[in-house]
Amino acid sequence: MSRRIVGPFNRVEGDLEVQLETADGQVRDAWVVAPMYRGFEQMLQGRAPLDALVYVPRICGICSVSQSLAAARAIAGAQGLAMPPNGELATNLILATENLADHLTHFYLFFMPDFAREAYRGQPWFSGALERFRALQGAAARQVLPVRAEWLHLTGLLAGRWPHSLALQPGGTSRSIEHQERARAGTLIHAFRRFLEQTLFGDDLESVVALDSADALASWARAAPPRSSDFRHFLHISDALGLERLGRGADRFMSFGAYPREGRTRFRPGVWAGGDAPLDPGGISEEISHSWMHHQSGPRHPYEGVTLPSAEQPGAYTWCKAPRLDGEVMEVGALARQMVDGHPLIRDLVARGGGNVHNRVVARLLESALVVLEMDRWVRAIRPGEPFCLQGRLPEEAQGHGMIEAARGSLGHWVRIKRGRILNYQIIAPTTWNFSPRDAAGVPGALEQVLRGAPIQEGERDPVAVQHIVRSFDPCMVCTVH
Amino acid sequence: MEKKESMKLLWLQSGGCGGCSLSLLGAESPDLLTTLDAAGIELLWHPALSERCGGDLLGLLQSILDGAVRLDLLCLEGAVVRGPNGSGLFHVLAGSGRPMRDWIGALAARARQVVAVGSCAAFGGISAGGGNPGDVCGLQYEGARRGGLLGGSYLGPGGLPVINIAGCPTHPDWVCETLVQIARGDLGSERLDEFNRPRSYADHLVHHGCPRNEFYEFKASAVNPSELGCLMEHMGCLGTQARADCNIRLWNGGGSCLRGGYACINCTQPGFEEPGHPFTETPKIAGIPVGLPTDMPKAWFVALASLAKAATPERLRDNARADHIRVTPGKRAP
Repeated sequence: MSRRIVGPFNRVEGDLEVQLETADGQVRDAWVVAPMYRGFEQMLQGRAPLDALVYVPRICGICSVSQSLAAARAIAGAQGLAMPPNGELATNLILATENLADHLTHFYLFFMPDFAREAYRGQPWFSGALERFRALQGAAARQVLPVRAEWLHLTGLLAGRWPHSLALQPGGTSRSIEHQERARAGTLIHAFRRFLEQTLFGDDLESVVALDSADALASWARAAPPRSSDFRHFLHISDALGLERLGRGADRFMSFGAYPREGRTRFRPGVWAGGDAPLDPGGISEEISHSWMHHQSGPRHPYEGVTLPSAEQPGAYTWCKAPRLDGEVMEVGALARQMVDGHPLIRDLVARGGGNVHNRVVARLLESALVVLEMDRWVRAIRPGEPFCLQGRLPEEAQGHGMIEAARGSLGHWVRIKRGRILNYQIIAPTTWNFSPRDAAGVPGALEQVLRGAPIQEGERDPVAVQHIVRSFDPCMVCTVH
Repeated sequence: MEKKESMKLLWLQSGGCGGCSLSLLGAESPDLLTTLDAAGIELLWHPALSERCGGDLLGLLQSILDGAVRLDLLCLEGAVVRGPNGSGLFHVLAGSGRPMRDWIGALAARARQVVAVGSCAAFGGISAGGGNPGDVCGLQYEGARRGGLLGGSYLGPGGLPVINIAGCPTHPDWVCETLVQIARGDLGSERLDEFNRPRSYADHLVHHGCPRNEFYEFKASAVNPSELGCLMEHMGCLGTQARADCNIRLWNGGGSCLRGGYACINCTQPGFEEPGHPFTETPKIAGIPVGLPTDMPKAWFVALASLAKAATPERLRDNARADHIRVTPGKRAP
């Protein structure tokens, strides 16, 4: 057995360290370390509740809108305020823009460049990966940056700017949309769709979202050369490397549900752990047995949670707390979201290989296609001239929670208000779930479990398989600890 | 054409959100990679863009410290983290066991020019808010006070202090244009303002080019989010004091905070994170906003405001409280 430390990881948002115990060319055990603490939950105590809308987007530059929306929902919950239809549609569009920008950024800038590493020189597909996906030099990065920038024009239009907008309010959005802006939003969505169809998928989106089994996906992939589209290119490399055997999870998936419209969410909330189950928000808890935190005994529901850092806690190894649902570790993200929602392709892929590196990437790209199609419908449903934002009074004493889906998974905010000020504010971010440390029973978090068994090649210092697994979650470390 | 040697840029992140980088990736006309090419800037490493990871990166940092690799430009995004109790343990650079603060200090000593990207790296920013639990500071400022990690009197080998591209986040152009000017050697100290922000954007006020200017002129004000009126009187807008060109340059293809329907919170200013009142409420004394427009005499403002209020056209009074244009120019309210 030998112990090694891998880090800093780049092409994840924020700083990350992974400690590995290895033997016989494999990872035997893993500890995930979130090495930075800023203290947003402490900063928010005592502030006016609406100040949270300024602070929380700045937890994270990549999930900024998601953080903002979770806060707006939590405050709306405390106010008992609902959004008008236009507010709901505009909010969905703004969140979807961020989520898809993140999926795109993850695939092209964070995940794929690892296949252009020297470690893979000699693979028959290497020259293609090098030319297309190499960090900074590859053709894809140069092509995608302008596409991403233009896609984010939707946020300029609907939310003023990105990141760190104040447009998402408890009662809707602060920017009403006129006819001409609705037209422009639809045009921007069309332009992005064209990129997805021509470059990412090499097929129309309707055909992509209709893929309903692993076999259907495999025969779709074979229908054109691997380098005819970036998705096929990925499927080809993934097949060659056996990414469906890498990073196998415990297959307990959770989603808070995404994109509500008139009482229903486009992707439903729930749990999948061998079968569908409803989500009980009361079953969520966080504990700190292996965190550099103190003054909290045992697991607590976030309404009762405490955040007090302490760098000298025996047995602790990360600033991250350990969230659990009914005491269990959960995996969150696009794969979990589509699994819980029941997309047939994802259900079949997971039935065959569970949560793994391949399936996490496929789910993210499939979801991009699903959401773009939906965005087009939302834009058409906006009614210029009707309200976008309702007003509510802030109660002196109340509590509320905002549970939403960010690109990388389930994000929850829990706020308690007393004498008109924030008494307690607790946040559980997607990567807090995925990159959780061990709990009091010694059960490792999702990534810690998944890394066990990862192969290590002779002479590798920072094992490339470990990097694929880590990045397959699209981790956001600045959200994780906040 | 003579081939100039490239400028080597290292980009590090600490106590912040990464939002300035994510904003920068949205640079347009041209895109970021083309801008760097044009300026002859070589990215030694950037957290979101580079291949290098783990030991390879630590090796690069060490070779900079050893002098084997030249460092022309060091960009820091995020505040310098000093807590808890001065230990720096709130951010230990992964894989190194060493506080990030110490890495930043050591690398800055090797850099020809140090650049703070965003208000956190410049002044502390949001990361210093709410009692500053992380005990963070900027590279050369702690809020509006000179000091910070490198000290108030720090000057780099090129003769300049830390250049503070303040903003939360920074506009991609602010960063791109500053880097290009540095690379061309035409960014002298006279191009920096009193907080060492590039004057290229800090010589303006957010008020300049605000689409709500007519409402401002007549003090026709919004009261709730999504209304079209001026946000200064009730909604906490600091655009008449904030130093930035957000309504001239525009964000993400045509937006700005004001165009998005919400107040300017003066995010380029040291200490913006603690305004002393709720961000989206205007503090007033005897009905008059406490913070007056920059350079405007108070008596004049008060006189002008009351005169303007008395003369407010019906169109503006009506539209200010609506979320879309109800009364068009030249028409009376229905």
